Amino acid sequence: MTAIDPDSLSAAEAREARKARLFTRINKADSWFKVLGLSFMTPLLKAAAGDNPKAQLKEVWLLLGVPVLAICCFLALWANLAPKVQTSLGAVPGPAQVWEQAENLHADAQRENQKEADFYQRQEERNAKLEASGKSDKVKWRDYTGKPTYYDQIWTSIQTVFFGFLLATVVAVPLGILAGLSRVGDAALNPIIQIFKPVSPLAWLPIVTMIVSATYTTNDGLFTKSFLISAITVTLCSLWPTLINTALGVASIDKDLINVSKVLKMNTWTKITKLVLPSALPLIFTGLRLSLGVGWMVLIAAEMLAQNPGLGKFVWDEFQNGSSQSLAKIMVAVFTIGIIGFLLDRLMFALQSLFTFSNNR
Amino acid sequence: MSTAHPAVLTADHARVVYNEDTDRPVEAVRDITLELHRGEILALVGPSGCGKTTLFNAIAGLIPLQGGQVTVGGTKVEQATGHVGYMLQKDLLLPWRSVIDNITLGLEIRGCPRAEARVKAQDLIDRYGLSGFERSKPSGLSGGMRQRAALMRTLAFNPDVILLDEPFSALDFQTRILLQADVKRIIREEGRSVILITHDIGEAISMANRIVVLTNRPATVKSIYETPWGVEDVDPVAVRDRPEYQQLFSTIWQELELTPRH
Repeated sequence: MTAIDPDSLSAAEAREARKARLFTRINKADSWFKVLGLSFMTPLLKAAAGDNPKAQLKEVWLLLGVPVLAICCFLALWANLAPKVQTSLGAVPGPAQVWEQAENLHADAQRENQKEADFYQRQEERNAKLEASGKSDKVKWRDYTGKPTYYDQIWTSIQTVFFGFLLATVVAVPLGILAGLSRVGDAALNPIIQIFKPVSPLAWLPIVTMIVSATYTTNDGLFTKSFLISAITVTLCSLWPTLINTALGVASIDKDLINVSKVLKMNTWTKITKLVLPSALPLIFTGLRLSLGVGWMVLIAAEMLAQNPGLGKFVWDEFQNGSSQSLAKIMVAVFTIGIIGFLLDRLMFALQSLFTFSNNR
Repeated sequence: MSTAHPAVLTADHARVVYNEDTDRPVEAVRDITLELHRGEILALVGPSGCGKTTLFNAIAGLIPLQGGQVTVGGTKVEQATGHVGYMLQKDLLLPWRSVIDNITLGLEIRGCPRAEARVKAQDLIDRYGLSGFERSKPSGLSGGMRQRAALMRTLAFNPDVILLDEPFSALDFQTRILLQADVKRIIREEGRSVILITHDIGEAISMANRIVVLTNRPATVKSIYETPWGVEDVDPVAVRDRPEYQQLFSTIWQELELTPRH
C-alpha cells in the first residue's frame, strides 16, 4: 500500500490554490482587455500559466495572428498597386511614402514647438531688460501666432467633437426619456426624428454658419466661430442615435417595474433617477457610442467647410496645396482619423462597462 | 380564529371592467367583497384567467375600480401611500443594485437616511439567510435567494398589507416547497397581513389561514374556507401529510371544477 505524504499533499493543494487565484485574476483582467481591444492577451496569459497551451495558442492565432496577417496582406497589396495608379499629383503614395510623411509631420511639429519656446524665451528676456531699465510701461506680452502643428490640429478636432457630442447628449437624453415615458412625447418627436435624422452635415453647415454668424458677434468670446459652427453641426448630426436608443431603452423597461414604482408611490423624478435611467443605461450608452462615431465622421466634413483648424482643415489645405507630398499627408490624416475613431469607440465602451450593468456583472 | 382580529384591508363590492367605454366591455371582476385581517394570510384561488391578477392589481391600487372600493386601514387604496407591498413571480430586483441596495430601495424612497436603511436591511439579511450575499448582484443569486431578497425588500418597506402574486411559480418544486416554508415563517415572525394569489391549491392550503375560491371570469367569491392549522403549524411540508389537508384539497378541487373531461 502506498502512503501519502501529507506535506506533499498540502504543497500540491497550495499550488492548486495559487493557480486558481491566478486564473481568477486573468478572467477579471479579460473584461478590461476586451475594452482596450487586447482580447488576445487573455489566451496568452492562460497559455503562460499552463492552461491547455495548444487551445490557447489557437485562440491567440485567431485574435492576433489573423488580424496581423490581414494587415500585412493589405499593406503588401497597397504597396504593389499604389505605384500603378497615376494622378495629377503623381503616383498614389505607398505605405513607405505615407510613413515618411508621418515622420515629417512629427518633425515639423517638433520644430514648431521649438520656435514657440524660443519666441516666449526671447519675449521674457526682452521684457526683463525693459523692467530692469525702468521701462515697465513698454512691457508687452504677446501670444505666439505660428501655424498650428499636426498635433494641435488633432487636439482641436478632439475638443470640437467632444463639445458637439456633449451638446448632443444634453439635448438627446432628456428628449429620449420624454419620448420613452410618454406616448404623446413619442408621437410628437417621432416625425421630427424621421425627417432630420438623414440630413447630411453639408446641408446643415450653411444654416448653422448663418445662424452662428448672426448671433455670435463677439470676436473675443470663449470659442471661435469656426469651432462653434463645426461643433453645432456635429451636434445636429450625432444626437439622433442617442435620442432613439434612449427612447427605446426607457420604453422597454419591464412594465412590472413601473408597477413597483406605482406601488411604492414614487414621484416622477424618483422614478426616472432610481428606475428609468439605470434600467435604460445600457441602451443609452449604445446610443452614445454610435453618436460619437457619427460625430467624429461628420466633424471632418464640417471642419473642411467651416475652416476650423482641425484635421478636416488639414486635409482640405493639403488638397488645395497640391504638392507632390499632399496625397501622402492626406493618407496620414486618413489613418489618424481612423485610429482616433477606434480609440474614441474604445473609450465609450470602457465607460459603458464602468457605468452599466450586465447579467454577468 | 382569524376573524377576531380587525380588518386591515377591505374590498367592498369591487368591480373591474376593461374597455368600459367601447362597445365590447370585458368584466373581469364582479362584486367582490372580502376582508383581510391583521396577521392573516388570505389565499385567492381560481381557474386560470378568472381575474385573480386583475383583482390583485385593483387591491394594489394599480388599476381603477369601476364599482365599489378597496380600503387599507380605512384609506382608499388609490390614496394610500406605501400601505401595500407587492411581490410577483418575477422577483423584480433591480439588476444594477446589490442585494442590500435592493432591500433598502423602499426605505430610500420614503426618505429614510441611508445608514439607517442599511442597518434595517442588514438585520433582515442576517435573520433570513442571505448573509454573505449583501454585495452580490441579483444575477449572482439562485431563484430562491432572489425571491427571498424580494420579500426582504417588501418587508423592509414595512407595508400594512403584502400582496403575493404567484411568487413561487417560477421556481422548481423543491425550491418552491422550501421557500413556502421560509416565507410563511418570516411572515408569521414579522406579524404581517398577506394576500396570496396562487394556482396551486396545495400551496394555498398549506400557507393560508383562509382560502377564497373565485369563480370563472368575471371573478366573484364562490366560497371561503378556513384552514384548520394552528399558529404553531408553520411548516407547509408537514401539513401536507395530514388528513385535513387531503380533505380540503379535494373539496376545493371539486369547487373549482378542474376535473379533466373524458
